[in-house]
This record gives sequence, structure tokens and C-alpha cells, in this order.
Amino acid sequence: MTTLTSDMAPVRSWRIEPQLVQWIAVFILTALCLLLSHSLPWLITYPKAWVLPVAQWINAVTDVVLPVVKPFFRMISAGLDTPMRWIQSALQWLPWPIAMAMVTAIALRAGGLRLAAFAVATLAYVYVAGYWRETMNTLALVTLAVPLAAAFGFAFGVFGHYVPKARSAINTTLDLMQTVPAFAYLIPLLLLFGFGPVVGLLASAIYAAPPMVRNTMLGLSMVPEAVKESAEMSGCTPWQRFWQAEVPAARPQLLVGLNQTTNATLSMVIVAAIIGGFADLGWEVLSSMRKAEFGQSLLSGLVIALLAILIDRITLGFADAARSGTTHAGRVLEGWRLPVLLLTGVAAAVGVHLLIADPNLGLPGAGARVGISVMNDGLNAIVRDYAGVLETIKNDTLYLLMLPLRIGISGSAIPAIWGFELTPVMTIAGFAIFLSAVFVLDWRYGWRPAIGIWIAGLVLFFGFSGLPWPAFIAIATLFAWQAAGRGEAALTMLGLGFIAVTGLWEPLTRSLYLCALAVLLCVLVGGALGLWASQNDRVSRVIRPINDALQTMPQFVFLIPALMFFRVGEFTALIAVILYAIVPPTRYVEHGLRNVSETVVEAARQMGTTSSQLLWQVKLPLAMPVVMLGINQTIMAALSMLTIAALVGTRDLGQQVYVALGKADAGQGLVAGLAIAIIATISDRTLQAWARKQQRPA
Amino acid sequence: MSAGLTVANAGTSAITRPVKLSCRNVWKVYGTAADELEQQLATRQEPGAIADRCRAKGAMPAVVDASFDIHEGEIFVIMGLSGSGKSTLVRCLSRLVDPTAGEILLNGKDLAKASKRELIELRRHTMGMVFQSFGLLPHLNVLDNVAFPLRIQGKSAAERRQRAGDMISLVGLEGRESSFPHQLSGGQQQRVGIARSLAVGPELWFLDEPFSALDPLIRKQMQDEFLRLQKLLKKTIVFITHDITEAFRLADRMALMREGRIIQMGRPADIVLAPADDYVAQFTEDVPLLRVITAGDLLDRNAAPVVRADGIASIAATTPLERLVSSLAAGAKAFNVVDDAGRSLGILAARTALAVFARDDHRRKPVS
Repeated sequence: MTTLTSDMAPVRSWRIEPQLVQWIAVFILTALCLLLSHSLPWLITYPKAWVLPVAQWINAVTDVVLPVVKPFFRMISAGLDTPMRWIQSALQWLPWPIAMAMVTAIALRAGGLRLAAFAVATLAYVYVAGYWRETMNTLALVTLAVPLAAAFGFAFGVFGHYVPKARSAINTTLDLMQTVPAFAYLIPLLLLFGFGPVVGLLASAIYAAPPMVRNTMLGLSMVPEAVKESAEMSGCTPWQRFWQAEVPAARPQLLVGLNQTTNATLSMVIVAAIIGGFADLGWEVLSSMRKAEFGQSLLSGLVIALLAILIDRITLGFADAARSGTTHAGRVLEGWRLPVLLLTGVAAAVGVHLLIADPNLGLPGAGARVGISVMNDGLNAIVRDYAGVLETIKNDTLYLLMLPLRIGISGSAIPAIWGFELTPVMTIAGFAIFLSAVFVLDWRYGWRPAIGIWIAGLVLFFGFSGLPWPAFIAIATLFAWQAAGRGEAALTMLGLGFIAVTGLWEPLTRSLYLCALAVLLCVLVGGALGLWASQNDRVSRVIRPINDALQTMPQFVFLIPALMFFRVGEFTALIAVILYAIVPPTRYVEHGLRNVSETVVEAARQMGTTSSQLLWQVKLPLAMPVVMLGINQTIMAALSMLTIAALVGTRDLGQQVYVALGKADAGQGLVAGLAIAIIATISDRTLQAWARKQQRPA
Repeated sequence: MSAGLTVANAGTSAITRPVKLSCRNVWKVYGTAADELEQQLATRQEPGAIADRCRAKGAMPAVVDASFDIHEGEIFVIMGLSGSGKSTLVRCLSRLVDPTAGEILLNGKDLAKASKRELIELRRHTMGMVFQSFGLLPHLNVLDNVAFPLRIQGKSAAERRQRAGDMISLVGLEGRESSFPHQLSGGQQQRVGIARSLAVGPELWFLDEPFSALDPLIRKQMQDEFLRLQKLLKKTIVFITHDITEAFRLADRMALMREGRIIQMGRPADIVLAPADDYVAQFTEDVPLLRVITAGDLLDRNAAPVVRADGIASIAATTPLERLVSSLAAGAKAFNVVDDAGRSLGILAARTALAVFARDDHRRKPVS
């Protein structure tokens, strides 16, 4: 079972492998289900009568527990509200030129002149576009949420480092925190802490803590043994050793964690604006989107994107400086100079407030956005003018790609959709082509690729929602078993079973088909881009900053252009998901191909391979494990974006969570959120195990 | 195996200085509890047999029954291949690793029983250690790295600066005080490591393969530097190495380890002239005998002291034999060996020296 599929036909033996027997059994089960589905419709649609009301049970428990614990949580909520308001008023109180100068100074220290210039440009844009106040409100939330997340993350990371037994429990918790969509835990937080921006703050802190935990554990475990021993031999107490040797030695990694935590915080603060009540950037985008003011949402979305990139580069700059020294220009502000400069800024702000009647110095309010209405009309006009083209794109994709995947060719090939019906001849011809593909693959490469084609064919003909759910669970379980072992198989069966019995099978198929299509397109397009970039340095140089920007942008931002051109609907969700999830395949394919061992490449060259032989027969097979990791990342990204995409109207699991949020239905939200986490966990573990297996010959 | 050639006064070592650090039957067995080993030791079996039994049970005996005394001002080299247990042994001596059994006496007090607090105090004042991979703190510059042990003790900034500055000039790094470790070469980083380990003025100095990570040429320079420092400071030194040439260059006395056991201990000349077994013989095969063996090593102290050394050249006891080649070629029959103060220690007969020459020649011939 190696990565390198043999080019020669495998030696035939008449003994059938037990794994193949298992697949044949599962296919017989599938065929039976399909044959019986006319008389037993419950095989396709999980009957309502069989649904376990897990959501109601959770709500019943919540109803009992909530009144008891509520006062305590409301106290925390009140306790956090005050510092949040303080920071908010402090940021609003700072006159904008001084705030701008201070941020620029920090940027200069972190990343040198170019970053300082970027900071000036970003803040100038924020000012001119008239989003200064909203930006300061967002920053107030970030300023409070980041230390919370970082402190919790650090504490847990240290705990995990020193108590190896707790590590697996911590890792499982982190996986869950990162896969359960944030909307899902917004609901219990809302119930506990009451409506208000504090909930957004806490949700952001929870969402953003995992990277800090992981990086703290990683950083501390990477401290060289000699550093710890030399500290000990210097006569450190355990406390001194930890704070004066281990933590500083782990500092670069801790700062990387802080960078990721800050990015995640900003991303979540924007999404949590959905709760409202803080007049921040997320709320601005959301309300303009709801009013279909696309010009405005585009402008405010740009503020978020620029701000995210700026914050990312500043924190990353500090992390890089810890590793390889401050940039030349940054040295001007090294040591005590930066704090002194910032304090001077505050003093100057006090002076401005004392001396000048209007300390806002003509901050453009909403009135300055008059120009925007022009832009709105302009954009709307463009969309209107090209409505025909856009509509065609949308409908073609919908009918030719999305529907067949959802309800299958058998469902699409009706006069209402494709304009024709499948004649017996067409059906037979189709099956003949399909079967010959199966046999050719089996003959040439062995039975495993043939099984893959079998499954693909099943999905294509019957669609995700046309497949009998018992058969689907059986196929997924068998794959997990063969790829990752008994534990994952049990997890797959129980997890999918849970989703079925909680009545979420239909939304699950919606999630799966959207996710599958998005991942397929991302891997095709992103993989091609990555391949190109691996062969061409110039392409690589162009793609890299675009990828960096895409990756730092809060997920929310991706909805804006998709929504603007295509209105609400699953196609829009698909576009937004693709925009977000296209980065991993591009990156991993390029990285994998570029990092193939130099000796192997030289050896292959020496044997006289052409460059395309080198690529397809040497580099790509060797890069496969990395590419698989990229595909795994793509799936994770697509799943997490799908829940955000619920905002533009899908009918999948994410929508279930979003609807539950609207109704403050903790039970439904948690069950649907858990369903998404289950899917993410199953595919993550199974794919990683499979990639590991491919790496080493059995 | 030696043709009547023995090392003079082997056993009745000339070292008369007091014992600084004494290691008594020290064991370190990973994967075995202390009381379990205690039971094994109570059976009074041969240590090798006990170690084998531990291995059979899946435990890992890293140090097996190590005993030796280290005298004040002595360079004691522990040498062995990787996995022989030498690094574990030095970590037992510094208590970075707790020995499973045995005593380690520092100035007569058992280190293995020291409390955490006492241990911290000992490390702050009496021990210094240099590490193979330097162990410098990446976030501190050279000056702060050297001053780190002093800062830990809460010494004032002025005192730290003063003392660290002295140490930096001692190792010849003046001018690099504000550089960071990643800006220095390997040799320079190890100089910082040495300066740091000396900052508290320790009596005991542990060096764990300090030069193994360096290029051969730099390694040679650092060895010279180390010998110069030792001449100046006269510390009690435990030096770990896997490099046989290095061991023979630096050692006053040395211990050879294999699979956790000390298989031979003695002065360099003892080991090359009378290897304990074939392993040691093979191991020391390439050691240049004529450079390692000194006139003092071959001295016949039973001969009547020379009152009037007329016609015999006087040579220092530390003169290596290779330096006598020209005199021997010129027909010298004997040498008067004198100590640092010029007192005669005895007579070295030319034929004794020539016997070593013959032996060296024999040793270098292929066996078959």
C-alpha cells in the first residue's frame, strides 16, 4: 500500500482480499437499500417519528440549571462590562491624529518602515471612509478579549506541558472548541450572560484561546534541554527557571500563538456583532448587508480586511523580531523608547482635550459617507447591468453541478430541470461507461481506485440526499475502519448515527454536498495554482501575498462580494466557501512540490527524466502526504465557513445553528453544532490516518 | 601484554591533594525504583550481573556502580562512546539526575541527600557547568547571559556587570558584550558558556562534552584556552568527552566507561601502557604514546637519587617522550628528571624510553 501506484498491472491471484470482501458486502447492502427504497421510504428519508428529541432534553436540563447559575454569570457579565466600556471610551477619547501616530509607532517598531506606511494608509482609509468610531469600538472588544484569551490559553498550555496525562483531554477539548461553530456556543453564552456585547467578547475569547494553548505547549516543549539544565545549574528555583529561562526561550513561539489568537479574536468579534449593541464594524457590515447597501458593506468590509492584515502583521512582526532581531528601522524605537513615545501620546491627548473645544478634530461622522450612497447606486447598477451574465453563471452552476450532486443525475434528469428524461438507452450507455471505468481502473491499478469510482458513481447518480442513510453510514464506517482503524470506525458510526436519530440527516446531506463541491473545486483550482506556483517563481511571488491576505481576513468578509453579485442562496454560500477555502490547497501543493528531497530530484534528473516526468512521476507522488494534509485543511476551512455562510441562506446544518441562535434555542443549537463538529472530527481523523498510512508502505 | 614495561608508581598516585568529590557505588537505572535496586544490591552479586538482570526486566542501567575520588585542582576526564553513560554520570554528580543508589560526597557531605534548597545554594556558589549545546538563553545578550547566575541570586546590577565583565575578558570576548547568542560562532558561544559557568567562582567545574559541537581547529584552540584557564584558576574539574585525543590531552586522570561501567581508571600513561582489556587496547590504539607518556611516568624511583648529575641532561618530569628523540639519537644513556622546583626526582634510563618506542612501533603494525 504505497503512494507510488505501480505502473504495471498487479500480479493477479485468485485469492480475494478480505478488505475487498467487506466492500462488496457494503455494496450489496447499498443495492438492497436502493431496491427496497420504493416500498420502504424510510431508507432514504429518516422518518420524523423516529427522531429522539435530544434538543428538547437539553433544553429541559437548561431550564432547570439556568436560574440557579444565572446570577453568578450575570455578575461576571457586569464585571466585564465596566472595563469594556472604559476601554471603549478611552479609545474614543483619543484624538484620531494621536491614535494614528501611536499605532504607526507600534507598527514601525514591529515591522519597519513598510509596515508603518501600511498602518498610516489603513488608518487614513478608516478615517476617510468614516468608520473611525466603529473601528475604535471593534478595537475595544479586541483589546479586552485578546488578553483574556491569551491568559487562559497560556495557563492551559502550561498545565498541559507539566501534566502530560491531561494532554489528550486538552487536545480533544481544543479540537471541539475549534470545530463546534461559534454560533452554537453563542446561544448558551447568551442565556448565561444575558444579551449584550460582553457575550461577543467572551465568545471571541473562547474561540481564540486554542491557538494560544497549542503554541504554549509547543513552545515550552521546544525549549532545549541544555537551556533548562543550565538554568538549573545556575541555581534557579523552579519558579525562576520557568519565568526567567523557559518562558523567554519559548517567547518566539508564544508570540506566534499571540498572533494567531489575535487574528481569531478579530474574526470572531466581527461575527459576534450579530448580537448587536456595540455599534462596531461587524454590525456595520451586517446592517448594510441586510439593507442591501452593497457599496457601504464593501467599504466597511474593506476596513475589516485592512485592519485584520494590519493587526496580523504587527503581532507577526513582534514574533519575528523575537526570533531574528528587530528590523533596521524598528531599532529607532527599541527598549524604553516605544513606551515613552506612547505615554507622550497620551499626554498630548490630555493636552488636546484641555485646549481644544472639539477634540474629535472634525471626525467625519455618518454624514461624511454621503459619497457612499453614490457608490451604492453605482455598484447596484453594475450588478443590474450584468444581471443576465451573473444569473447565467449562477443557474448553470446550480443545474449542472449543484443539483446533480444534491439529488443526483437520476433526480436532475427530468424535464423541469434538465429539459429531458433519461431514456433506457441513455441509462444503459451511462452504466456501460461507468462499469468500464471501474473495470479499467481495477485492471490497471488494483481494486482500491475502482472502489473510489464506485462510490463517486453512486453519489453522482443518486445524489447525497438520494442515498439511503443506512448505506451511507455503512460506507463511511467501512472507509474509516480500513483507513484509520476500529476506534475511528466506531466514532464514525456513532457520530453519523447521532446525527440521524436527532433528525438532522437532511441538513447533513445539504452540508455534505455543499462542502464536497466546494472542496472539489478548491482542490482543482487551488491545486492547479499551487502546481503552477511551484514551477514558476514569479507566480509564487504574486500568489503568496494574496494567500496571506485571504488567510488573515475574518471569514465574515468573504460573504460580502459573493452576496453582492449573487444575492442570497446556496450558490452564494458556495462562492464564499470557495473564496475562504482555496488557500490551503494552493499553499500545500506548492509547499509539497517545492520541498521534495533535493537528492531524489537530482537522482531523477540524472536518470534523464523530462520535466513533466519529474513532476508527475517523482515530485507529485512524493508530495502526496503534504497534499493530503492540504485537502484535510480545505475540508476544515470549508466546514467552518459553511456555518458563517448560513447568513446568506443555506439549508444545511449551519442554518440549523443560525436559526437556533435566532430563537435562543440552546438545545437545537448545540445538537446541530455538535453535528458539525462530529463531521469535522470524523473527516479530520480519518483523512489524517489515511495520509499517514499512505506515507509508509504496509 | 607489555614486555616488562610497567608504569612507575602506578597505584601509589603522586596526587596527595585532598579529595574534593567522591563517588561511591553510584547507580542510575532508568525504569527501576530505588528500593527495587536496593534489593538487588543486597544480594551482593557482581555489579555486571545485577545490571544484566535490570536489562532483562526492561530497565535501562545508565550508570553501573561508579566509584572514584576526584582531588582538588585535578582535571578528571570521563570518557566513553555515546550511550556509555558518561553524560548521565556527570548529571548524577551535579544532581541534575538523581542517582538511584550510591553516595556522592562533596567535601565529605552526601550530595545525594541534599534538600532542594541546599542543592540550589550549592549550585549558586560551588558548582559550575558547561554544556555541549551551550544552553545559552536566546533572549539575553552575552553580558546578561554571563551575569544570569548572579541575577538569579539577586546580586546588584553593578556587581553583576563588574563580575560578568571580568569573566568575559577572561575568556577573551571583550567587545561582544551586547551581542546575542545567535550572532556568535559556535566557539564564541561556548566561550560565553564557560564564562557563565565561572561567574559564581565555583570550586567544582563540570564540563559536559564542551567542545564536541565545534570544528576540529576551533576545538584545538578551545582546549588550549581551557588548559590556560585551568593553570590560572586551579578548579576541580570533571570533563566529559568522547574524543580520545581530547581526553589524553587534557586529563590528569581519566575514567573509561562502557555500557555504564567504569572499565579502567588512571593517569593517561597508565591506560595506554597497561590497558585493562582488549576493548581499552583497541580504543587507545591510535593514541600517540610518545606524546602522552612523559619522563615522569617512566621514572624509576627506587634508583638512588642523583646527587651530582654530571654528564646527564636534566629534563622536566612533564616532558613527553617524543621530545627526547634527538638526545637519544645523539647517544644519551640516561636523563635526570626534575620537578618544577628543579629537585631531582630520579633517573630515566635510555633503554626504558626506547622500550616505549619499540612498543609504539609494534602497536601500530597491523595485527595480521
